[in-house]
Amino acid sequence: MTDTQWPVWEVFVQANPGIPHKHVGNVHAADAEMAIQNARDVYTRRSEGISIWVVPANAISASSPEDQGSFFEPSNDKPYRHPTFYKIPEGVKYL
Amino acid sequence: MTIQEAKFQYLLRLGDSSLIIGHRLSEWCGSGPILEEDIALINIALDFVGNATAILGYAATVEGNGRTEDDLAFLRGEREFRNLLITEQPNGDYAATITRQFLYDVYTYYLYEALKSSKDETIAALAEKSHKEITYHLRHTTEWMYRLGDGTAESHERMQNAMNDLWMFTGEMFDMDEVDAILIKEGIAPDLNTIKEKWEAHVKPVIAEATLQVPSYNFKQKGSREGKHSEHLGFLLAEMQSVHRSFPGAKW
Amino acid sequence: MEDEKKIAAFEAKIAAGNKIEPKDWMPEAYRKQLIRMMSQHAHSEIVGMLPEGNWITRAPNLRRKAILLAKVQDEAGHGLYLYSATETLGIDRTELLEQLHTGKAKYSSIFNYPTLTWADIGAIGWLVDGAAIMNQTALARGSYGPYSRAMVRICKEESFHNRQGYEIMMHLAQGTPEQKAMAQDALNRWWWPSIMMLGPSDDQSPNSEQLMRWKVKMESNDAIRQRFIDRTVPQADFIGLSIPDKDLKFNEATGHYEHGPINWEEFFEVIKGNGPCNAKRLKARTDADKKGRWVRDAAVAYAEKKKLKAA
Repeated sequence: MTDTQWPVWEVFVQANPGIPHKHVGNVHAADAEMAIQNARDVYTRRSEGISIWVVPANAISASSPEDQGSFFEPSNDKPYRHPTFYKIPEGVKYL
Repeated sequence: MTIQEAKFQYLLRLGDSSLIIGHRLSEWCGSGPILEEDIALINIALDFVGNATAILGYAATVEGNGRTEDDLAFLRGEREFRNLLITEQPNGDYAATITRQFLYDVYTYYLYEALKSSKDETIAALAEKSHKEITYHLRHTTEWMYRLGDGTAESHERMQNAMNDLWMFTGEMFDMDEVDAILIKEGIAPDLNTIKEKWEAHVKPVIAEATLQVPSYNFKQKGSREGKHSEHLGFLLAEMQSVHRSFPGAKW
Repeated sequence: MEDEKKIAAFEAKIAAGNKIEPKDWMPEAYRKQLIRMMSQHAHSEIVGMLPEGNWITRAPNLRRKAILLAKVQDEAGHGLYLYSATETLGIDRTELLEQLHTGKAKYSSIFNYPTLTWADIGAIGWLVDGAAIMNQTALARGSYGPYSRAMVRICKEESFHNRQGYEIMMHLAQGTPEQKAMAQDALNRWWWPSIMMLGPSDDQSPNSEQLMRWKVKMESNDAIRQRFIDRTVPQADFIGLSIPDKDLKFNEATGHYEHGPINWEEFFEVIKGNGPCNAKRLKARTDADKKGRWVRDAAVAYAEKKKLKAA
C-alpha cells in the first residue's frame, strides 16, 4: 500500500435555510462519511453552515477556459432575455 | 452529607473528567495522523475544555466559598481530583486514544442524556448543550472504531490491544456511593445502573462490528470516586498547573 | 511565438485586475513560483502549530487554554486551505509533505525559535501573527485566484489571533513585576526574529520585476516591514513595554520609524537549518507522519472493503 493523504473531496456548505449550497474548499478523506465530518470540522468552525455536501473531486467535470468564447459569449447578444430590454410606459403597474 | 455537598462532589466528577480527557486530547495537537484529524481532535478537546469550565464554574458556585473554576482546575492536588481513571490514561497510539474516547463517549452520551432532565436547572441546561457536542464526538469515534478495528491487520491488532488495556477502567464509571444516592433521591442525577445497561447495549455491537472482542477478564480498576488515581494523573497535573501555581494570585 | 501571445494575454489579464484560475494557461515560472511560495506558507502554518502547541497543556487558566486551542486549530485549518490551494496547481499534498519532510521545502524562519515562557504565546500572537497578517493582506490582492481567496479567508479568521496575543501581553504588562518582566523578556526575544520573518532586505532579495508584474509578490519585504514597525511600536508604548532596539527613532519628516541594523547572518543561518529548533520541529513533523501511517492505511483499507461489499 502506498502512503497517501487520502482522496480529495470538494465541500459545499449551505449557510442558511433556503439558499443554495456554495463551494467553500475541499478536504481529504478516505470515504464519504469521514469527508463530511472533516468538512464540518474545517469549514463550519465559526457557525458558517447548516448543511454540507461533499463530492469526490474527481467526479466533477468542468468546462475549460478555452470554451469561454463558444459557451458564454453567444448569450451576450440576447438582451431580450432580460426584463430591462422592454420599455413600458410610465403609469403601467405590476409589470 | 448535605445535598449541596453531594452536588459539589458530583460536579467535580463531571467537570474533572472533561478537563482531564480534554487535556489528553490536546496533547495530540500537531502530531495527529493527518491534518484533518488534528483539526477534529482539537475540536473535541475544545468542547471538553468549554464543558469543564462551565461545570467547574457551577461547582464553585455551589460550593459557595469564593473559589472559581480556575481555582478548582489549577489549585487542587491529585487526591482532590474526581475524574474517571479512564480519562487520565495516556494517549498511547491512535488506537488507544480512539478506544478510550469511544468507551467514554458512549458513557457520557447516556449520562448527559439523563442529566438533561435533572431537577437542577443549571445541570439540565449544561447537559442540554453538552449532549449535542457529545453526539458528534461519539459519531466521530464510532466511525474510527470501525475503520481501525476492521482496517488492516496492524490496525486491528493495535485496537484489540487498546481494548484489552482500557476495558479494566470502564467498571468504575458506574460505581455509586452516598453522593449518587442523595442526588438520585432528589432527582438531580440518574441511577448509573440504568446508564450501565444502555452503555453495554451500545458498546458491544460496535465492538463486534469493528471485528474486535470484548476482553474476557472481569477485574476492574477503581478509585476515582475517592480521588485514588493512577500514577499518570500526578504528571498531568504537574504540567497543567505549573504556570498557574508559579505565580500565586497573578491575573492572566 | 504561440507562447509569447499566451504570455501577453496572461499579463494583460493580470494587469486588468483579473484573477488567474487553475485551468487557465500560465507560464511555467509562474506555476513554480506559486507552488514554492504557497507550500512554504502551508508548511509554516502546520509547523507553526508546534511552538504554540507546547503551551496548550500549561495555559495559565481555562479561558486562555480554550483560546489557544482555538487558535492552534485555526492554524491547522489554514494549513489545510493553503495545501488545498496549492494542489490546484497540479501537485498533491502527499508530495508537498514529502518536500517538507525531506527538507526540500522551507517554512517560515520564525518557528525555529523556542517558546520558553507563557509570555511567548502573547508575543507570537502579537508580533508573529501581526507580521504575518501584514504580509497576508498584501497577498490577498495577488493574481492567483485560489491563493488570493485562501488569504482573504485566513486574514478574516486570523484577526483574533493578533488581538488575543496583544491582550495576553497587556495583562502581563499590567500584572505583577514578575509578569511584566516575563512580557518584556518575550518581546526582547521575539522582536528581531519577527521583523526578520518578513524576508531579506530588498537589496539582498531582488524582487524580480516579473513577480511584481505577475502579482505573485505584491509589495517589497522592506515596505511590509516598515508598516509592521510603524504600527507595532506605538502598541508597545501603550502597554509600557520597550522595543529592544536602541537605534529605533521616529523620523518626523518621513513619518516612519527608523530601526537599527538587522542581523541578517542569523536569519540566513536559521533558514539554512541552524536555528535553535529546526531539527526539533522537523522531527516532530516527520514523527507524526510516520506514527500516522498505519492510521491512514487503515482508513483506506476500510474504504476499499466497503466498496467491495457494496459492489
